[in-house]
Parts: sequence; C-alpha cells; structure tokens
Amino acid sequence: MANPKPEELVQIQYPTPSKGWMDPAVEFRKGTYCYSALARNLNYLGLPNAREWQPFDADWKLPPDWKRIILDGMKERLEKFRSFRLFMDICVRCGACADKCHFYIGSGDPKNMPVVRAELVRSVYRRYFTLSGQLFGALAGARDLTEDVIKEWFYYAHQCTECRRCSVFCPYGIDTAEITMIVRELLNLIGCNINWVLEPAANCFRTGNHLGIQPHGFKDSVDFAVDELEELTGIRVDASINRKGAEVLLVVPSADYFGTPHYYTFLGYLALLHEVGLDYTFSAYASEGGNFGLFNSHEMIKRLNAKIYTEAKRLGVKWILGGECGHMWRVLHQYMDTMNGPADFLEVPVSPVTGTRFENARSTKMVHICEFTADLIHRGKIRLDPARNDRWNVTYHDSCNPARAMGLLEEPRYILRSVCNQFHEMPENTIREQTFCCGSGSGLGTDENFEMRMRGGLPRANAVKYVRDKHGVNLLTCICAIDKATLPPLLEYWVPGVDVAGIHELVGNALVMRGEKERTTDLRGEPIDQKEVAHA
Amino acid sequence: MKLYGALIAVAAISLAAGLAGSVGALQPLLGIGVPYCALAILLVGLSWRVIRWSRSPVPFRIPTVCGQQISLPWIKSSRLESPHSTLGVIGRMGLEVLLFRSLFRNTRSRIDQGPRLIYGEAKWLWLGAMAFHWSLLVVVLRHLRFVVEPVPAVALWLDGLDGFFHVGVPVLYVTDIVLIAALLYLLVRRLREPQVRFISLFTDYFALFLLLGIALSGIWMRYFARVDAVAVKQLALSLTVFSPSLPKNLSAWFFVHLGLVCTLAAYLPFSKLMHMGGIFLSPTRNLANNNRMKRHVNPWNYPVKVHTYEEWEDEFREKIEAAGLPVEKH
Ligand code: HEM
Ligand code: SF4
Ligand code: SF4
Repeated sequence: MANPKPEELVQIQYPTPSKGWMDPAVEFRKGTYCYSALARNLNYLGLPNAREWQPFDADWKLPPDWKRIILDGMKERLEKFRSFRLFMDICVRCGACADKCHFYIGSGDPKNMPVVRAELVRSVYRRYFTLSGQLFGALAGARDLTEDVIKEWFYYAHQCTECRRCSVFCPYGIDTAEITMIVRELLNLIGCNINWVLEPAANCFRTGNHLGIQPHGFKDSVDFAVDELEELTGIRVDASINRKGAEVLLVVPSADYFGTPHYYTFLGYLALLHEVGLDYTFSAYASEGGNFGLFNSHEMIKRLNAKIYTEAKRLGVKWILGGECGHMWRVLHQYMDTMNGPADFLEVPVSPVTGTRFENARSTKMVHICEFTADLIHRGKIRLDPARNDRWNVTYHDSCNPARAMGLLEEPRYILRSVCNQFHEMPENTIREQTFCCGSGSGLGTDENFEMRMRGGLPRANAVKYVRDKHGVNLLTCICAIDKATLPPLLEYWVPGVDVAGIHELVGNALVMRGEKERTTDLRGEPIDQKEVAHA
Repeated sequence: MKLYGALIAVAAISLAAGLAGSVGALQPLLGIGVPYCALAILLVGLSWRVIRWSRSPVPFRIPTVCGQQISLPWIKSSRLESPHSTLGVIGRMGLEVLLFRSLFRNTRSRIDQGPRLIYGEAKWLWLGAMAFHWSLLVVVLRHLRFVVEPVPAVALWLDGLDGFFHVGVPVLYVTDIVLIAALLYLLVRRLREPQVRFISLFTDYFALFLLLGIALSGIWMRYFARVDAVAVKQLALSLTVFSPSLPKNLSAWFFVHLGLVCTLAAYLPFSKLMHMGGIFLSPTRNLANNNRMKRHVNPWNYPVKVHTYEEWEDEFREKIEAAGLPVEKH
C-alpha cells in the first residue's frame, strides 16, 4: 500500500465518540504500528516469551499466565516507583494535557490524548488495586484486564514517543512518558516488544553499538572520516580508539559515524577537537552513547549504559565528553549516575583549553559537547567564520530530552549564533520546553510506522513551514541522532526544501583551523557559497 | 449516565440527610455519629494514602525541566523553571501550589487548512481553577469561627475582607459568589468541551456536584433559611471537645449541608481529590535539576547482567587485533 499523501493525511478529525474510551478494540492498520521483535533478539537479551508473532495476528501467543504476570508486574512497579503510583492516583482529568501531544494533534485519535493514554492503564489499576474500582467497576472508571487491553496498550504505548511535553502542562506534572515506560516494561514481561527497539538493544549489548558494528568496522569508519576530513581541510587529525591514558573519553551515538547527515556532525567534532588539541579517545566497546534500553525497561537502560563508566575506568580517562543525541542525554543526565555510579574514579571535568570547571557535571563527570563548545567560543579559543554557513538560513529544533530532561536551551543557540549569520526561531509554543517531538522518537522511527510518524511529526514540521515561508529558512538544526535520521523524511513530506543538520556540522564548517587549506567546500563537500573566504 | 448518576447521587444524599434531619430521633446520628465517622475516615484515609505514596521510593531524579539548566557561569539559569537548589525547588512548588503555574501555560491548538497549526491562549481554565480553589480556601477558613472559640484572628479578618461590599443582611460574601461561579464554569466546561467531556468519569461530576451542593446549601442556610448560627456553633464546639451535645433548634437545612460535607470528607481519600496531597510529592516537580551535580541514590538499585569488557574482547579479539587496536589479553 502506498503511503497516504500529505493532502489526505492533513484532513484530521477530532472525534469524541459518546461511547467513551473503555472499549479496548484496536485495529492494527498498516502504517500506524511497528512490527514485533524477532525471537533471536529476545533470546540474545534473555527476555521472556520469544516467539514468532505480529501485532495484526489474532493470537498473540501470550504465556498462559500472562494476566498474573502483568498484575504482579504492576504491583511491583507501584511499590518501586512513586511516580507510577502517584500518577495513577491524582489525575483530575482537567484535560490541560489533551491537545499538547503531537500524536493527538496529528492523528485526532482520542486515545492519543495523554490523559486517555494514561487512563488505559489507570482503569486496570483501579479495577485490581483500588477499593472503589473493585466495588463499583465501570462506574469508578475500572476495566478488566483482557487480551484486548494488552493489544490496546501495545498500540498506544507505541504511539507515545516519551517526549514529556504533556508533563510540562499538567498542573501536577503527571508525566505520561513515565507511564508509557512502565507499560512497555510490563509488555516486555510477556514478550510484546517491537523490533526497532529490541534489535538495536541486542546489537548494542553484543557489539557496543546499535548498528552492530564490530570493532574493526568501527575503526574503519573512524579512519574513513579522518581521511575525508583531510581531503576537505588538508589537515590530518588523530582520532584514537581504545587508547589508555587519554584525558577524555568521547562517546557519541553510533549514527554519527554511520548515518547521514549525522556524519557531517561527526566530521565537525573531529575538526574541533583537533583544533583545540583535546587529548581524547573513542572506545570500540562503548561505541554507542544512545540507549534503546530507555524504550524497553529500566533494567535494560542499566544493562546497556554500564559500559560507559566501565570503559572510562579501564582506559583511565579523567572525564567523559558526550556527543549530540537526545535520548542518550536523558539517560546520561537523569539515570547513569544513579544506575551505574558513583564515578568516583573520574575527576570533575575541566576543559584543558579554557580551564573551565564544569561544576554542573561534578558528580556524573560527563559533559555535553554543546557545553564544551559554547565555553570554547565564549572564551575566544577558536576562530570562526560564520560566512561559510551563509548558504544556510537556520532554525533550531530543541530535541525533547536535552530540552525537557536537561534544560540545555541556550548553549546550542549561543553556538549557532556564533557559527552562522542567519538564524530564526520557530514560534514560541513549539520550542524550548514546549518543543514538539520529531514524531519518531523512542524507537518508533520505522518504515512500517510511516503514517503515524508523519502524523506525529506534523506539529514540528508545521512550525518549520512557518519559518520557511516567513524567513526563508532552509536548514533545521538539532542535537539528536534520532532527529537527524527521521526529520529529513518528515520535512520532505510536509515542508520540502528544508535540510537537517547537527550543530557541530555548522561548527565544523565555520571553524578556521590552523594550517588548513583554502576551504572551497563545506563538510558535505558542497561549494561554500560566498564571494570572499575571509581567513588566515 | 455518568452526569445524571452523579447528580442523582448528590440529590439523594441531600434528600436523605434533610429527611433524617427532620426526624428528632435521627438527629444524634446525623449530627454526632456521622461527622465523627467522616472525620475518622478522612484522617485515616488521608494518612494511609500519603503513607502509601511515600512508601514507594523515588528511584530516579526525573524533573520535567521547563527552563535553562545551570551550566556555564555566563549563561543565566532559570531558578524557578529548572531549579538546581532546594530553595529553587521550594519556589517552583510554591508557584505550582499557590498559583497553578503549569496550568497557566495552557494553550489551545487548532488546525486550519494550509495546514496551519495555531496555538491560542487558553487561560480560562487557570482562572476558573484559581477562583474555585482560593475561594474554597477562604470559605473553609471562615468556618473556623464555628469551631474555635475565641474566633481566630484570620477568620475575623477574612470575614471582614470577604464581606467588604457590605451588601445585604447578612453581609454578602464575595467568595460565595465566586465559588459558585467557578464551580459552574468548571462544570459547564466539562460538559461543553468535547475532549473534556470524553475523558470525564462519574467521579468528576460527582465531585463537582458535591461541592456545588455544599456551597448552595451553605448559601441557602445563610441568606434564606436563616439557620440559627448560635446553635450550629454550640454543636460544632461540643464536637471539638469530644463532649457532643445536640442543640434543639437545628433545621433540616443544616443537616443537608452537614451531610454533604461529611460525604465529601469520607469520599476525599478515595478520590482524585487527593491531588491536594499528591501535588507535593510529584517527582517531576519537586526534584532539583541537579542530576549531574549530585548523585541520586536508588534504594533498590540491583546488579544486572551486562556484557563485560572481557567477554566483549574475547568475542572480538582477532578482529580487534587485526584492526590494530590495543587489547588487554593476547
Ligand atoms: C494544595 C491544595 C490544592 C491544589 C494545589 C489544587 C490544585 C488543583 C488544580 C491545579 C486543578 C486543575 C484545574 C481544575 O480542573 O480546576 C484542580 C482541580 C480540582 N480540584 Fe484542586 N487543588 C487543591 C485542593 C483541593 C481541594 C481541597 C478540593 C476539594 C475538596 C479540590 C477540588 C478540586 C476539584 C473538584 C477539581 C476538578 C475541577 C474540575 O472538575 O474541572 N482541590 N485542583
Ligand atoms: S493535565 Fe494532568 S491532571 Fe489534567 S488531565 Fe492531564 S494528566 Fe490529568
Ligand atoms: S510523552 Fe509526548 S508522546 Fe507521550 S503522551 Fe506525552 S506528549 Fe504524547
């Protein structure tokens, strides 16, 4: 079946059927769900109920005692997570979150209102864990747990990108992403997972990165990038791997060295870190900063994240620098230290170039590359020629996690204003803490889920369209590997003519390197569109 | 069904309380037994809920950050929207609890042909919620004059402030009007906005009708039925010192009011009205965004199965060596 056209997709209705939401029946319509995880991936990770099945099958081959497993799992998590228990109890159904979710805005499906997404679980909570639900049933908003409910959970837990926008608007901070995370964890207990999450997780567990690139392959791609950068700039940089005694371990999402346009950002890192002479190394074992465990279970986050500290310790570095990635930074900022710390074998990060002590990372000992670069620019340690980015008219997409989990808002903007001449913000309600998701986060960026991704990405794309039409913006920058993979098709669909780039791609373009040859092309190998190249 | 069911339930409670209140023999039950029971349920229920929440630990520090983080000294961090200190968290919580900060952000989205998404201002819910909660608080505090002798200064002060229009006899309280108006707004909103109606449960209507019933019966007593306030105070005071005695001349209207209040008290711990306590414990709001500065400890953190470096090297040793990368063991 061909993908629907934008004109068709945009005919969005917002029905609110009078029969309510309690009927769990869902139709797995092509284009709106992700395929099941392959048995081999489950087996590799030691996860339960590996089997062949698909969401559209009538029989999901659940284990015979699936109901007990789910209810026990809920009980355990109610006792382990105050967030879960509280969020089950205190929603007043004021509806403030309803139209804040990009999936609701783009699909009009009432079960995609964050409050209803949560009620799908709350109804089961009420039925089995509260007195009123046990006594009054449907009148108290309680529902029995049936196989159809499991299918419904699966469908709607994978139409939430865990972006946390709803949580910004909720008067109690109820975070539907947290509920989605718990639901995915529960589904995981009976083997109802999606392959786009589990395959990267299994790869990452085995080889160290999502793409399953083995150490020699990793070395090849880094070498290739070094060669390419030399061609572009005339400078041969040194990018070591698994080198003991380096000062800094650099961890980036694997897409940076294997995907486009991520790759240009990777070239940007290499150029910048060479120019300032940072003594750093990559690790082939920790060759992935991203963590698809976040989209599977808390336990999987920890299992995949452990290698970062392990490797920092083995290599004897002082601190860790992290590349551009969204969900990776949610894990690094909000989970890593708690799960796999304390990192008492590392030192408080100090930039050897500027002497700045990153007090904000004094416990976790990991610095975001945008923090590092903003500091360099502010202290005047690098020479920049923003005119080299003049072919770009730039806007910035706050990726969900750096914005709402970290508050990394100004650093990227400061960098952008220093490396390019034309910069325009998208409308206020669509950036910073109110930013809209790309629509493909949390492991939903698969081809089979195309329609739902385009729907979920509509609010973001529409804001880009606004600045394209108003200011002639032709480049959307972001600091997230998933964004860089999924925004290009999204924009091509809704806003043709706008490209996607990482911040450090533009840094690499603008960076005037000592001893570089005259730069005639940017990192993409495309001609620098300017009359005079003003550099030493 | 949900709507009418809730209306009927509240009407039935009122009727039952009113009828029973007109039967002398039942008055002790209604005036003494029921309030004590309701109060006991409220206190035990509230504590049980709060204790149960606090018994579940907060394994991870997961604030929803709504402003600039603290990082480099020359970048101004947002102390209230992304607090990094306890003081900042108190400020953020204060704004949430007293001023409903997050609700103030509310917008309403609309899609026009083009397509063009538009996010309009939507402050009415915030205004209605503020009006309702603050007038409710004033009304509750004003009631102190019935249960505490001598009447506390706050109650007298609020009394004066609230009746500052000096209209009518007895003086008209502004909060009475605001409370009713705000409750009606919330109710109408729930019914008129399709999305909100879609998500509403029986309990959402029930809470609103119950509160409306309480407010209306109170107003009726004060301005129209002119219930004997001295008798009410006698009863209330006797209840507070645990030597209950029932004055003779209490009207049935008073029992309607009291019956509804007792229903609310007993119902509160089992309902969404617990948001009052929950908001203080919400981990996305009451934690500082200082994750990388200060380690957060998870009490149930447990060892997990990982792919160790040694296992990894064993699996790929030949390839690592062939690529010229260092290994631990040859
Ligand atoms: C710390 C104290 C409290 C805070 C911070 C608080 C906050 C809020 C907020 C932000 C809302 C959402 C907006 C709305 O729908 O109106 C709300 C709703 C509500 N609150 Fe409270 N509240 C508190 C105490 C109470 C108490 C004591 C009651 C009554 C016993 C109450 C009754 C309600 C009701 C009935 C609603 C739902 C209104 C509707 O149906 O639209 N609240 N509260
Ligand atoms: S904003 Fe919060 S309280 Fe209101 S409906 Fe949504 S989750 Fe519930
Ligand atoms: S976390 Fe994001 S995707 Fe999920 S319900 Fe909230 S707004 Fe929607």
